[in-house]
Amino acid sequence: MAGKTFIPSTETVFQRTGESTMVVNMGPQHPSTHGVLRIICELEGETIIKAQCVIGYLHTGMEKEAEFQQYHKCVVMTDRMDYMNANGNNLAHALAVEKLLGCQIPKRAQYLRVVLAELSRIASHCVWLGTHALDLGAMTPFFYIMQQRELILDLFEMFSGVRMMPSWIVPGGLRGDVPEGFEERLLAFQANFLDELGTVEDLLVENPIWKERTQGVGVLTGTEALALGCSGPIARGSGVPFDLRKAQPYSSYEDFDFKVPIGTKGDVYDRFLVRLAEMRESNTIITQAMANLPEGSNWTDDRKVAPPPRAELDTSMESLIHHFKLYTEGYKVPVGEAYAAVEGSKGELGFYVVSDGSAMPYRWHERPSSFMNLKSLEVLAKGRLIADLIAIIGSIDIVLGEIDR
Amino acid sequence: MVVESRRDVAKLRERFGDAILSVQDKRGDAYVCVERDRLARVAQFLRDDTELAYDYYVECLGVDYLTWEHARDLEGRFEVVHNLYSTKHDSRLFLKVGVGDGQTVPTLMTVWSGAEYPERETWDLFGIVFHGNEQTQRFLLPDDWVGHPLRKDVGLGGEDVDFDLGTKGPAVEDVQTPHAGESFEGKAGSEDISGR
Repeated sequence: MAGKTFIPSTETVFQRTGESTMVVNMGPQHPSTHGVLRIICELEGETIIKAQCVIGYLHTGMEKEAEFQQYHKCVVMTDRMDYMNANGNNLAHALAVEKLLGCQIPKRAQYLRVVLAELSRIASHCVWLGTHALDLGAMTPFFYIMQQRELILDLFEMFSGVRMMPSWIVPGGLRGDVPEGFEERLLAFQANFLDELGTVEDLLVENPIWKERTQGVGVLTGTEALALGCSGPIARGSGVPFDLRKAQPYSSYEDFDFKVPIGTKGDVYDRFLVRLAEMRESNTIITQAMANLPEGSNWTDDRKVAPPPRAELDTSMESLIHHFKLYTEGYKVPVGEAYAAVEGSKGELGFYVVSDGSAMPYRWHERPSSFMNLKSLEVLAKGRLIADLIAIIGSIDIVLGEIDR
Repeated sequence: MVVESRRDVAKLRERFGDAILSVQDKRGDAYVCVERDRLARVAQFLRDDTELAYDYYVECLGVDYLTWEHARDLEGRFEVVHNLYSTKHDSRLFLKVGVGDGQTVPTLMTVWSGAEYPERETWDLFGIVFHGNEQTQRFLLPDDWVGHPLRKDVGLGGEDVDFDLGTKGPAVEDVQTPHAGESFEGKAGSEDISGR
């Protein structure tokens, strides 16, 4: 294509299957595509006979950029992938690097990571619930549930000073311990959260219009979902009891008692119910983690990875040098490759890191949950009305920052 | 070695013999290096055998080892790593194949339909061609992009921003900007300045 001007158009990227069909382009600026997703639909009347996702409008080459950044600097890029579930991304990256380093994380840090990751999951599901309902014409839930999300973001701000991109979970532990007054504020949030969630549930769960729009729409079987690479609430909505927190526990998830909600029919309504139940389960995990929070440090003992405590910098020359070297040169990671995954809010979220022994990754790759889930959209849209497509997009819960990276 | 005693690894060795080039334990995970031509059959077996039941296709990724200075598992410039999971047995397995420049890898789209997207991504970013899932259209990159940016011989690059180095702009005297260099001091804001 070099040398001549290439003007991309719907015709060049889409091959129609029928003769008397109509090709409709949706996005990338369509409000219900949740970002910059573009879907090209081929319609027979109002029925979709083929749908094709066109992505890449938000591609920023993070995986290439990471090969030129030290491991502790890659953390800030993970926030910006799935920006709805930033703590989950931080955690997955931290686990992958720690797997390569072989360093042990104290129990306290592990519990705090769980608290942050579960808060992130609730916040992410709040946005999903609000926008999903908004897409289908229910405006009220959006206002109620976004208020709750704001309260969670306030908690993040208390921790890190940043509302959406905390970068607080880093390889080696957490950047800091619980700030003063955090626990009270968290408890105050939790005291109201279930009631507020109940309000939204009352508006939707038994709502006949909501049920008509979502029940029997976008049905996916469990086997299909797994072969498509779908995980998280989509697989669980289809009746697959697969949750990495149970299947391969990480960060002390085995210490907590929680259920894995699953659906029976695998339609949009089931995925909706699964996510609602997950928010309640996350809430109980947070309660357990805060109640049993062990004493200890929020950093690993490995001083090659963790910075020296602030007090030591005033008295010890070695600590000062160490601190300087750590933040300028980074830490060297042993040669090898490792994959670590967490159960993110949208499904399995993992990082595959190949190290050549230097302070920067040789290859750094995210297993993007939304990207793999997106494929199911093309399958589910087939044979449905164009109005159902909106319901299906909402139920897949995509984040384009993660899809395009 | 712990991985060798795993049931899936033993079954693969028994069924495919020399098509399994090596099996490695990397921090507790099993990495199975497979001959390129037999990849699709190995994958089919992993999915269909009831004792293995690798039903969940997690993802695949490419790695370019052009500038790698350490020992390698496989030959060829690139490696494609397929990440598979069995929800029945809660076990994870990595299938690795080596690919040289200009060689193709068989697609696993026919085994797990979810392989389509990550394979398209790998072609887009590395230029590794998947036989059965050949692409002419860019996926993540713009349609007029040339080359495959995640290859190691491609620099970090970036978009050139046109800095004019003081040749134009409001700081330079000969510009057309009507209010360039003008002070608004002492002006109330209500007077008409549009006519100048």
